[in-house]
Amino acid sequence: MSTSIGKRELNDAARDLLTRTQRGRADFEDLVVVPIFAVIAALILGALIMLATGVDLATIGKSFVALAVGSVGSLNAISETLTAAIPLVLAGLGLGLGFRAGLFNIGAEGQLLMGGTAAAIFAFSFPGLPFPLLMLLSLVAGAVVGAFYASIAGILKATTGAHEVISTIMLNLTSYQILNYLLRQPYIQKEGRADPISKSVPDAGQLPLLLDWVDPNLRLHAGLFLMLIAVAFVWWLLFRSKAGFAFRASGANPDAARYAGMKSGFVIVSAMATAGALAGLAGAAQVQGVLERASPGFSAGIGFDAIALALLGRSHPVGILFAGLLFGGLEAGGRQMQVDAGVSIDLIGIIQALIIVFIAAPLLVRAIFPWGFRKDAKGGSA
Amino acid sequence: MTFLTKAGLAAALVAGSVTAASAFTACQVTDTGGIDDAGFNQTAWKGVEDAMAEYGIDGRFLESQAESDYEANLNSLLGGGCDVIITVGFLMGDATKAAAEANPDQKFSIVDFAYDPTIPNVEGQVFATDQAAFLAGYLAAGMTETGVLGTFGGINIPPVTVFMDGFVHGANYYNMKHGTDVTVLGWNPDSKEGLFTGNFDSLDDGRAFAQNLYDEGADIVMPVAGPVGLGSAALADELGTDKLKIIGVDADQAVTDSEKSDVYLTSVLKRMDSTVQQVIKQVMDGTFEGGVVVGTLENDGVGLAPFHAFEDAVPAELKAELEEIKAGIIDGSIKIGM
Repeated sequence: MSTSIGKRELNDAARDLLTRTQRGRADFEDLVVVPIFAVIAALILGALIMLATGVDLATIGKSFVALAVGSVGSLNAISETLTAAIPLVLAGLGLGLGFRAGLFNIGAEGQLLMGGTAAAIFAFSFPGLPFPLLMLLSLVAGAVVGAFYASIAGILKATTGAHEVISTIMLNLTSYQILNYLLRQPYIQKEGRADPISKSVPDAGQLPLLLDWVDPNLRLHAGLFLMLIAVAFVWWLLFRSKAGFAFRASGANPDAARYAGMKSGFVIVSAMATAGALAGLAGAAQVQGVLERASPGFSAGIGFDAIALALLGRSHPVGILFAGLLFGGLEAGGRQMQVDAGVSIDLIGIIQALIIVFIAAPLLVRAIFPWGFRKDAKGGSA
Repeated sequence: MTFLTKAGLAAALVAGSVTAASAFTACQVTDTGGIDDAGFNQTAWKGVEDAMAEYGIDGRFLESQAESDYEANLNSLLGGGCDVIITVGFLMGDATKAAAEANPDQKFSIVDFAYDPTIPNVEGQVFATDQAAFLAGYLAAGMTETGVLGTFGGINIPPVTVFMDGFVHGANYYNMKHGTDVTVLGWNPDSKEGLFTGNFDSLDDGRAFAQNLYDEGADIVMPVAGPVGLGSAALADELGTDKLKIIGVDADQAVTDSEKSDVYLTSVLKRMDSTVQQVIKQVMDGTFEGGVVVGTLENDGVGLAPFHAFEDAVPAELKAELEEIKAGIIDGSIKIGM
């Protein structure tokens, strides 16, 4: 009798171990094998599209080499990749956090614009403040205004039930016009200009360049640390803090969370505000680290790219970091494709989108490359 | 490992392409409208193409998709591959200045921006576009049937509004000469306020703005917003040219937008192609120096395109008046905006 129990325990332990290794293997496939095959599939399909539009084979090869070189092939390439990744990751973290809480926030673009503009205005309003203080306070100003702007949608949802998809889209459109108006106010508008453009951020308000001692053209700035700190913070917030547990519980099952005593209104507003703060930081980092001023187009669609990024990273902070690096690499590499191979920027956009599509559809990749994966890795327990 | 070999191969290829390339390379960074905008960017790129054909040099371009791309695009052209870097557009003024000051050995040229004080390694290309637009305004005032003209711009920056200034002043000059009362909607040269789409890439905006002006009675519209104007041309094409005509800008748009060539009454030419080519020649000859080149009616840097489909519709006396005015502007007897 006792032996049979022992055997059963042993069996359970073995099965446990087996499923755990299987899980490890499945994770490995999801996180490493799928992206590699996704890139290969996208490049092949991209090459076919280029062939169909009359680009010759040599140019196609050259353009793919340029993509690799332009994203990771030199110090400048790595600097550009990271520079592009910083605002994407910051905004993506906010969106991922919202997704975990069950909020489909489309408003990062508007929050980013408002936050970046606030950072610029704060920075040139207090030119007397010394270096680290002005820089930090401007970042805070960006985060606060971003949080405020996002919480409008949160409050609307919590009090009236207005769906956040609609309200954040509308707030994006509103932000464009607010920006257009603000940037033409005499206090904000750059001297001697009639178009909407803000005054410049003073040196003390800028995120310092990290690699300018190597080459003044390297644009990587201290926003890199901001990005890494934000990744760690969001990970802690989601998986180690009480508020994060409430976010995740509300996202998984709002009714259960409410019965468990979590205030759904508070969760909605605070999750939106945190997401907005991160998007605002993204805008502030872009203004203080790269652009030095706010203009109507300065968001450049980062807030929308960040949605794809958050989904690609499975709303996990580390996943979002890697997705951001991929996006940054595609942006920097795409530029090099244009320079070296003279490929149209539109074709580059298509290849970038294909890579994202394939990564976002792991089952499709498994179907195309069946020999790259262990059989029944997904259905092991069935 | 595979990555390393790939990178190695890449380095070899890049090095190979650099040594194999011809001795001189001209590089261009476009504004957000894109290289195939049938106007502004395309005209500037034509200057490089002409130089490629004539002098056998290499040319490369980088398209900017957003304002935040300017600096990144400039950076990726730095590093010795380009003998001259030409940036296209007023909005790139700050980015070009920063790059030029950080890289004093690299030669730059910028369309639509003149630095004061000048930068030794940047040559600005600016245009007295109001002279040519003055002629277009005069012509439009003579051709309108409703007595209302319209114009709108992309962004309220000097290289755009200088078109609109000239257009309004030209129409006013016609009123003065002929005692008519033609009005121009969309721009007030005194308050410097008017209609702007806020971008240089939305064809939908071009259509909507032209529709608004048409609804207000305008039968000739001059869009000054790069490819945005192609949307206005599409509307004119649908309405019919007896209801709405378009005045093209930058290039002869009856040629560059050939599918809808019959909607263009004329185009206000801004010959960036000739100044770009001129700058490339100077760099090749070693006569490049920082400063400004100005395109005027006198040196054919700006001008009025042929009337194409409207050649017979424009009365001979109006054509003669235009010739007179052109001569008057060149010799200084006609002052724009006086």
